[in-house]
Amino acid sequence: MADNVKTGPSRRTVIAAGAVSAAATSIPAYAKPAQLPGKPPMRVPVSLEVNGQAKKLELDTRTTLLDALREHLKLTGTKKGCDHGQCGACTVLVNGERINSCLSLAVQHQGDKVTTIEGLGTPDKLHAMQSAFIKHDGYQCGYCTPGQICSAVAVLDEIRAGIPSHVQLDVSEPPPLSNMEFRERMSGNICRCGAYSNIAAAMADVAGGGA
Amino acid sequence: MRSFSYERAQTPEQAAATVAGKPGAKFLAGGTNLLDLMKLEIESPTHLVDVQDLDLDRIEETDDGGVRIGALVSNTALAAHRKIRTDYGVLTRAIVAGASGQLRNKATTAGNLLQRTRCPYFYDSNMACNKRKPGSGCAAIAGFSRQLGVIGTSDSCIATYPGDMAVALRVLDATIETVTPDGAKRSIAIADFHRLPGSSPERDNVLEHGELITHVTLPKPIEGRHFYYKIRDRASYAFALVSAAGIIAPNGATRVAFGGVAPKPWRVEAAEEAISKDRKAATAQIFSGARPTEENAFKISLADRALAAVIAEARS
Ligand SMILES: Cc1cc2nc3c(=O)[nH]c(=O)nc-3n(C[C@H](O)[C@H](O)[C@H](O)COP(=O)(O)OP(=O)(O)OC[C@H]3O[C@@H](n4cnc5c(N)ncnc54)[C@H](O)[C@@H]3O)c2cc1C
Ligand code: SF4
Repeated sequence: MADNVKTGPSRRTVIAAGAVSAAATSIPAYAKPAQLPGKPPMRVPVSLEVNGQAKKLELDTRTTLLDALREHLKLTGTKKGCDHGQCGACTVLVNGERINSCLSLAVQHQGDKVTTIEGLGTPDKLHAMQSAFIKHDGYQCGYCTPGQICSAVAVLDEIRAGIPSHVQLDVSEPPPLSNMEFRERMSGNICRCGAYSNIAAAMADVAGGGA
Repeated sequence: MRSFSYERAQTPEQAAATVAGKPGAKFLAGGTNLLDLMKLEIESPTHLVDVQDLDLDRIEETDDGGVRIGALVSNTALAAHRKIRTDYGVLTRAIVAGASGQLRNKATTAGNLLQRTRCPYFYDSNMACNKRKPGSGCAAIAGFSRQLGVIGTSDSCIATYPGDMAVALRVLDATIETVTPDGAKRSIAIADFHRLPGSSPERDNVLEHGELITHVTLPKPIEGRHFYYKIRDRASYAFALVSAAGIIAPNGATRVAFGGVAPKPWRVEAAEEAISKDRKAATAQIFSGARPTEENAFKISLADRALAAVIAEARS
């Protein structure tokens, strides 16, 4: 390793050296992970019920629900888009309500029931909304699709539960299952391919009992 | 994101005392604003006190015919509450005009009031910003200021308070109830809650470190038609360029507060009587002393037109 340092380390050597031990004095200063001020990482136990299964994890407090799902539980169906709540790709259902899993810490969800795209349906037994997205071509590249589908499922529930929206003329009335309502309520899910009108068609299909 | 320890508070008094006892501690409610800022290291708390288990998630009617909203009531639950949507329509309308369905499910009443500015220079830690780093300067004043404030601003900061809900709370004369670190209760009128920046733009509001919001109280409903008119760069899921929360009584008496123009919801009660007689003169009074930049001067005429639109809708 000392030889490597003299001639300049390859990226691989530096990574391997870093992984072996921080005590290896021959690692050049620039290869050391920066020592940030503040506390050392804190780990906490987190229990979740994900897609019907109890999961026990030990996580850095900083772990978002999104990273817990993707990196720790290997449920990579839920996507990381912007990681700042702006795109909706990370949308999952928590206790039946849709949220952005990127703007929530895993430790905020002790005991919560989380449903991801993997839990809505399976390839042999698709959820009605998954089938409708296929039937209506509700995607192109597919990256935003898991978030779109989780959101779409929740939107129909929200309308049925009478939750008001910005496009209602009279917010004291129950909202209708209309195209305008679907569009407004899905605005937190951005689709770079622009599959919006087909997504609204898929939702109308499921809302009407079809698909 | 910097590392932090985490705990859940059991009572409001305990939450307040814990945060007050640690300089780097903060409350965590929904997390939709705080975590966003922590990822960018604009906020770097060393300890988070999660308030989600506190018994503050109900909406109750008060003896004088108003309502008392728990600090943890979600934006969705508040907008959907039967009494709010029928008797305080401006509040439902303002909430559903903000953020997205996903965010409103997680966002809380207190967290929404305390959301920080969306000034792009505040978000870019390479830029000078007195609000983020006191004394570093303000990159916005000579920068792109189209979204920023036109009134109530200072030479240190021209940012706006970005939220929608608080603009409705301002026309409704809401009161913010808190528990202070020594366990005492305090009531703050919404008009006095958010601060003008002056020379200390790092302080957005009058809360002291460790002071916990427990409730927001509304007086009895105000008769009339309720409106929230939000103008933004896209039809949904964008912050306001200008918004107007208005209540127009059957006799034409009008209350209006503007969003997107100032460091706090902007309302000038003294100008309201004139609105039904001479709207333009009234808006001129509301915005007298404004110091817009070349890029955002349009917000003043936009505010007047927003009010005109509300009045026209009330007549229809
Ligand atoms: C992409 C995006 C778009 C958005 N668009 C809009 C919009 O158009 N209009 C709009 O109004 N908002 C918008 N928002 C902001 C959103 O409304 C806020 O993020 C949300 O309301 C914050 O609530 P929270 O409970 O998640 O707060 P948190 O993030 O948990 O907390 C925010 C702050 O409040 C403090 N706090 C929380 N609870 C208390 C308490 N009880 N007492 C004292 N301090 C407390 C925290 O310490 C923190 O400093 C948007 C957000 C995003 C990410
Ligand atoms: S306007 Fe305020 S928030 Fe924006 S850069 Fe200047 S000091 Fe910072």
